[in-house]
Amino acid sequence: MAENTIILPKDSNDALALNMPMVEDKQYSTLNLGPVHPATHGIFQNILTMDGEKIVDSEQTVGYIHRAFEKIAERRPFYQITTLTDRLNYCSSPINNFGWHMTVEKLLGVKVPKRAEYIRVIMMELARISDHLICNSILGVDTGAYSGFLYVMQEREKIYEIYEEVCGARLTTNMGRIGGMERDLSPTAIAKIRDLVFNSFPKVWAEFETLFNRNRIFRDRIQNVGAISSTRAIAYGFTGPNLRATGVDYDVRVNEPYSSYEDFEFEIPIGHKGDTFDRFMVRNGEVWESLKIIQQAIENLPEGPYYADEDHYYLPPKKEVYSSMEALIYHFKIVMGEIDAPVGEVYHAVEGGNGELGFYLISDGGRTPYRLHFRRPSFIYYQAYPEMCKGLTISDAVVIMSSLNVIAGELDA
Amino acid sequence: MINNESIVEEVVGQFGQKVFGFEEPFGLLTFTTNASDLTEVVDFLKNHPKFKFNFLTDIAGIHFPYNAGGELCSMCMIHSWENNIRVRIKVFVPIADPKVPTLSTLFASANWMERETFDFFGIEYIGHPNLKRILNMEDMDYFPMRKEYPLEDATREDKIDALFGR
Repeated sequence: MAENTIILPKDSNDALALNMPMVEDKQYSTLNLGPVHPATHGIFQNILTMDGEKIVDSEQTVGYIHRAFEKIAERRPFYQITTLTDRLNYCSSPINNFGWHMTVEKLLGVKVPKRAEYIRVIMMELARISDHLICNSILGVDTGAYSGFLYVMQEREKIYEIYEEVCGARLTTNMGRIGGMERDLSPTAIAKIRDLVFNSFPKVWAEFETLFNRNRIFRDRIQNVGAISSTRAIAYGFTGPNLRATGVDYDVRVNEPYSSYEDFEFEIPIGHKGDTFDRFMVRNGEVWESLKIIQQAIENLPEGPYYADEDHYYLPPKKEVYSSMEALIYHFKIVMGEIDAPVGEVYHAVEGGNGELGFYLISDGGRTPYRLHFRRPSFIYYQAYPEMCKGLTISDAVVIMSSLNVIAGELDA
Repeated sequence: MINNESIVEEVVGQFGQKVFGFEEPFGLLTFTTNASDLTEVVDFLKNHPKFKFNFLTDIAGIHFPYNAGGELCSMCMIHSWENNIRVRIKVFVPIADPKVPTLSTLFASANWMERETFDFFGIEYIGHPNLKRILNMEDMDYFPMRKEYPLEDATREDKIDALFGR
């Protein structure tokens, strides 16, 4: 356990606080950060033990919005579980949706056509942009810079409009189906995506970066705050931008490419210190990379079907349901859940907004999973939080939590 | 070249009869070990000079009510980033005495994952620094993910499994 813990002290007082053990007869004050607190962005509690303004120790209580998704999933047909995944990381629902679809497709052995995979990549990267955009701009809000947040919110609205055009919903999207997309990208959707990634968004994001990246006040607040070494980050199960900020270039999109990610040229931005500033910069960089991926995908969008030819799993078009016998039968069988999945044990991971989002599915040959476990990145890395804010002040604890991007839905499942 | 075969060879060479039940569902090497040997096996794979399973991806519990003597399963999945290969290790323990050694001595991330598994399945991780419920409330006196707790209201007669799933 005693690996090299590097929490870079901001000044000599911090170094003292780090080495300071809890003393028995000393009076400490206890402070509740949460469950309902503007800085927690969700409902979870941190009980901080304070020595003056320094955090000596902290304990987390999670589970306030636990909704027993894993249990509920054991009684639901596969296609009805997508709506549960929406509510994990609700800042980037499409990634969760497609991650789940891909898990089931792996179990069923469905080969998804190229066009559907490209559409999925576009939607997943849009989701990643909106996720990072929220995280970074909220970090601005937590340090007192509100305008950047409001400014980029307009762009998130455009992303949500694209979701709306593609699937009809905005936040909990339930996008796509097992075997592909539920409908093709409409010309309006393509026009909106093109406008976003080629015209409006790059300008806005460049301006957001000029607002923040070299802003003295902002950097004073976040630089060297909450640093974690790569060794500790790996031990604590960090993945995603928080891990890459420590200098490790692990990305599921590259390590185990899914959904045609191998077709695209992009880089993995990494930091080197693992502090709040690095996490901020890595997310900024990832937004640019996501833009690059969407630009490539929309330019090279293949022609062809947008769903796999799998009558047993993919709902037939409504028009055929009303006119053909076979389509009606399949529609009925799928909706009533009369089609059994094969026996199998699958793990599929996608790169979610916060890191490796994994679905561990055991099917015993029924219509519902025998066991489904979500590997939720926030839940796993949030346990490093006490170590990261030890010896720092409350204002630091707030920005660390904000930069970790702990999403309550994902934390509690 | 490190692949599943070479891992099986090394692990069997090191542990012999202590590891068994090798299979490869969807290419992911899966095997079973005894509860008493789990830490040793994971430690071996983690510190192996070639394999370098440096990352604990996940720990999950599974309940098999009809597997007498091994009703509860604690599954851990480790990942070698350098070789980009995953391994899934299972331990089956009787529900009457579900004791599995903790992995939190090897991976700090196991702490909450094991608390979650304890919370939902009641698997006791021996040597865990802080084994208490994490997502459910602390005064809960049952383990809700076990199969004997149905999700639907048990008094309802109209929702039969033949029509509405398990």
